[in-house]
Amino acid sequence: MEGEVTVEAELPTQRSVLDALEAQYPMLRGTIRDHETKQRRAFLRFFACEEDLSHESIDSPLPSAVSEGREALLVIGAVAGGQDFFDASTL
Amino acid sequence: MSKVRVLAGTRKGAFILTSDGKRADWKVDGPHFAGWEIYHMKGSPANPDRIYASQTSGWFGQVIQRSDDGGATWQPVGNQFSYEGVAGTHQWYDGTPHPWEFKRAWHLEPSLTDPETVYAGVEDAALFRSTDGGKNWQELPGLRKHGSGPQWQPGAGGMCLHTILLDPSDAKRMYIAISAAGAFRTDDGGETWKPINQGLRSEFIPNPTAEVGHCVHHIAMHPSRPSVLFMQKHWDVMRSDNAGDSWTEVSGNLPTDFGFAIDVHAHEPETIYVVPIKSDGEHFPPDGKLRVYRSRSGGNEWEPLTKGLPQENCYVNVLRDAMAVDSLDKCGIYFGTTGGQVYVSADAGDSWKPIVRDLPAVLSVEVQTLP
Repeated sequence: MEGEVTVEAELPTQRSVLDALEAQYPMLRGTIRDHETKQRRAFLRFFACEEDLSHESIDSPLPSAVSEGREALLVIGAVAGGQDFFDASTL
Repeated sequence: MSKVRVLAGTRKGAFILTSDGKRADWKVDGPHFAGWEIYHMKGSPANPDRIYASQTSGWFGQVIQRSDDGGATWQPVGNQFSYEGVAGTHQWYDGTPHPWEFKRAWHLEPSLTDPETVYAGVEDAALFRSTDGGKNWQELPGLRKHGSGPQWQPGAGGMCLHTILLDPSDAKRMYIAISAAGAFRTDDGGETWKPINQGLRSEFIPNPTAEVGHCVHHIAMHPSRPSVLFMQKHWDVMRSDNAGDSWTEVSGNLPTDFGFAIDVHAHEPETIYVVPIKSDGEHFPPDGKLRVYRSRSGGNEWEPLTKGLPQENCYVNVLRDAMAVDSLDKCGIYFGTTGGQVYVSADAGDSWKPIVRDLPAVLSVEVQTLP
């Protein structure tokens, strides 16, 4: 789940970029955002241009540096470590 | 000569352990899906090269993997588990209503006859089925909508559907178990379900003998006698001789009747195995001694099996899906620990040795006996 991917989106927003990413890599569906609500998974964050965009509207335009391809939209696992609150070891 | 393939799901990846029928020398392959929690892997009885795996992470959620070559290569298939209709609420830990939310698949149970059909037991508790090799999943909503759903509550591991038993003599009958709701049975292929918890007693619910609310940890069945069930409950080892309609306690002389795993000998339907764990607060073997207990009488009378297992300073757990048997003669018994050991006994439990000692915490163990 690492690497940089370039996708085309007419009006680059979180939604349109992730739509394009999932169209190119269908196995990513459901792993970054919910299949239906499109809500970001709780333990992922979206960063760009050294800013945290995780709580921006998914339909807001991305920074121009991202839409122009100069900067990446980063999908980052939260430092919490990827464990859910409940797991098998706490049975 | 026969071979065995052990599918070990761990907290940080999947491992495939293979040996010939002697079960003395092992090849360890993995980790597959390194870094991901592999809650369960299981092969199709109808085509052993078809294996399904439940791969999850707190970051990225659920992925279902499928292999068509015995685990050498894998491809992700469908991971959309959508509850049918309005999901509704179940009880939260504090007794308040909490909306049903999908978290992960705990157990994958391939059909006995069709490699393309597989059932998934998920958290929050529901049963899903795929009939196209895992690409698409549909809920069998009759279980969740049985009516008692608002009274179900999570065990400490979450509100998970962790056990699925398919009756080899009746394609319409199956059993499932949920922590903490209890056991349920369908006799019509999953359309309708009935709770089968009569005889269970659980002190942590207001009515200890209620119809639902019991923390069933695992159920095992011998395929030749599918109406005889053995259960490891939160506390108590139980058996039913009438397809779960009623249960009686068979904990007998066990040092503690708390535990997670339970299984049945492949050729002796009255020979069963458990791994007693000290208590709900102390998830390790009593006295630091890792002992499998075997009953040859279907319960009540138990003998400790210790040869080759650590008998001092051992404080690992054996989780509910982490014990399995092969069908060789003599029957092989396998279990994995949260300390990363996978143990094998090639003589029905008389003696044990570790196949591997230092894997990540083992979440599940399944065994395939291959020609």
